[in-house]
Amino acid sequence: MRHIISVLLENEAGALSRVAGLFSARGYNIESLTVAPTEDPSLSRMTLVTEGSERIIEQITKQLNKLVDVVKLLDLTEGAHIEREMMLIKVRADGSEGREEIKRLIDIFRGRIIDVTESTYTLELTGTGSKLDSFIEALGATTILETVRSGISGIARGDKSLHA
Amino acid sequence: MELNGAEILIRFLKDQGVEHVFGYPGGAVLYIYDELFKQEDVKHILVRHEQGATHAADGYARSTGKPGVVLVTSGPGATNAVTGIATAYMDSIPMVVITGQVNTWAIGSDAFQEVDAVGITRPCVKHNFLVKDVKDLAETLKKAFYVATTGRPGPVVVDVPKDVTMATTEYIFPETVEMRSYNPVVKGHPKQIKKAAELLLAAKRPMIYAGGGVVLGNGSKELIDFTRGLGAPITNTLMALGAYPATDDLFVGMLGMHGTYEANMAMHECDVLISVGARFDDRVVGQIEQFCPDATIIHIDIDPASISKSIVVDVPIVGDVATVLTDMIALIKDGKSGQDDKALKTWWSQINEWRSIDCLNYDRNSDKIKPQFAIEKLYEITNGDAYITSDVGQHQMWAAQYYKFDQPRRWINSGGLGTMGFGLPAAIGVQLAHPDATVACVTGDASIQMCIQELGTALQYNTPVKIISLNNRYMGMVRQWQEFFYESRYSQSYMETIPDFVKLAESYGHVGMRIEKPEDLEGAMKEAFAMKDRLVFMDIITDQTENVYPMIQAGKGHHEMHLSSERELA
Ligand SMILES: Cc1ncc(C[n+]2csc(CCOP(=O)(O)OP(=O)(O)O)c2C)c(N)n1
Ligand SMILES: [Mg+2]
Repeated sequence: MRHIISVLLENEAGALSRVAGLFSARGYNIESLTVAPTEDPSLSRMTLVTEGSERIIEQITKQLNKLVDVVKLLDLTEGAHIEREMMLIKVRADGSEGREEIKRLIDIFRGRIIDVTESTYTLELTGTGSKLDSFIEALGATTILETVRSGISGIARGDKSLHA
Repeated sequence: MELNGAEILIRFLKDQGVEHVFGYPGGAVLYIYDELFKQEDVKHILVRHEQGATHAADGYARSTGKPGVVLVTSGPGATNAVTGIATAYMDSIPMVVITGQVNTWAIGSDAFQEVDAVGITRPCVKHNFLVKDVKDLAETLKKAFYVATTGRPGPVVVDVPKDVTMATTEYIFPETVEMRSYNPVVKGHPKQIKKAAELLLAAKRPMIYAGGGVVLGNGSKELIDFTRGLGAPITNTLMALGAYPATDDLFVGMLGMHGTYEANMAMHECDVLISVGARFDDRVVGQIEQFCPDATIIHIDIDPASISKSIVVDVPIVGDVATVLTDMIALIKDGKSGQDDKALKTWWSQINEWRSIDCLNYDRNSDKIKPQFAIEKLYEITNGDAYITSDVGQHQMWAAQYYKFDQPRRWINSGGLGTMGFGLPAAIGVQLAHPDATVACVTGDASIQMCIQELGTALQYNTPVKIISLNNRYMGMVRQWQEFFYESRYSQSYMETIPDFVKLAESYGHVGMRIEKPEDLEGAMKEAFAMKDRLVFMDIITDQTENVYPMIQAGKGHHEMHLSSERELA
């Protein structure tokens, strides 16, 4: 099963490679990984999407907890949670009909056009991973020049929170 | 007053109570060596190869429980240390390794003798640090010692760039350290402990399986009280030999691939198993599907990640073994009257039946020196009271099987990584920690050549280790596997040339002896051990094709043992 694990870790050089190294050394999957400092600059927050049996996930969380740089961790998939991913996508947009169609589409998906040239649009879209997938699908025959996805960020619903 | 980084480092080691540092100098650590020169509190042991430094510090740590300390230069100094760091990591040995590094401003420029020591060692350390500012040096060193020695111990690397050792700052010894991200658990969960005690008391065929965690956690006394309180059979892993006394009646020997028949059968047949600080290593478990098929399993470990890693357990208890056992002993005492004495009696008569097979018997009338005989003699002549280090191979297994360790920290071997070359430098470290003790290194003709250069260190620091070389002119363990599983194609397990070890020992300034006949062994050993202030290299020419038995093939169950080439079980 797919799990989203939120990790609070020391914002120190090498902390990220410890996590990445753990996954490669032990043969665990990483679907995506995002990390950035939190409101407390000494801490980083990481969201890790991985896939595995219950036993593997249990090992992953234990091994992550064992890393000296890891302060706290939460498997978001254990409770109600929100996940979001941001995508920047550059598409070919020439000919008025095509341009109109893309504008309509990005409206439906509640995204935005953030850069325009005579022949291209750059779009910004936020949502769950699968919403972004659907958007790509919906683009149909439109030529995609480039996509950049941020990887998933997650947070628990309700008053539950992950802090040091 | 401001001190420079090198002064701070040495002052810190002194304030931390470090007496010995094992190391080897080089460009990046010259300021540190200069400071070493100016003082006498911290004694530096100059090895002949950085691998030797790590193993010596490791032997020092295993035999004392104190962290071993290593100092090496950048680049090749650091890479040479990696094998010893990984060895310590696999066996959870507390160690602090200080590696020199190129100047901070040169890091990443492929400078002379630059390697990414933090990167290279990351997968084989408990934690590591790069110190970029002299202001962080003392605190980082404190953290290194704290992390290395608490929780599940392990090696910690501190990489110190050369300019950091020159830069100055105020020095205050940090008495304590706090790390919000690192808080090892000590006390076990009372509910789980109660559940475990109830299961054990209700068991008809209880079994105790003790591992290296008991040694690391200084839990031998508690283990003995617990085992005797329960009256259950106990087995020790290779890493735990001595944690429970081998000469005690409740001890059924080591378990696993080359464990005793009775230990492995008891594992297979037990109904409640308690693992105390053992990690269900593949050399112990054999085939996972067939492991303890009828047992409810309890597991005490300080490392939650060790629990249910390979074998899923029923009652996990995270905590320090000594603390958890103390809680458990009280509960066992209280519930003792409820135990099924009759079932326990039947269990013991079954175990004694397995024992009567005498699985460690061997040909005692051979005209060749049997390696088992050599270890038995070693046991006799040292009164079972020596520190025994070992290398890796058949000789290691024979030492484990035939030397009956009654105390923890006496058996010192590379169990997890299986590092040939470990034995001699480890013995030097042990001897330095225990100058008056008898220290022997059981080794093989191939293993000893991997760190043979440390004979020089042994002379310089006058460590009168006795080297017991079981010379079978083969990489015996490799040869054994080739005989069993590769139709006796002895591919590269024979060295055409082996040095004359007697002359070699002599050329290093030691005493060498060659023993070829069984009847000469006792006299020679007595003579060697009587030389209290000399290192003696005993080159014992053993039966070349002897194999280690009993043996469970990798991936087989505990009940599928081979006893010997002549004896098979029905
Ligand atoms: C550094 C290293 N390289 C290779 C091995 C694989 N290995 C395990 S035992 C062994 C042979 C050891 O021979 P020897 O020291 O003579 O001991 P014996 O088995 O003959 O008693 C080898 C090569 C190892 N354990 N360590
Ligand atoms: Mg050999």
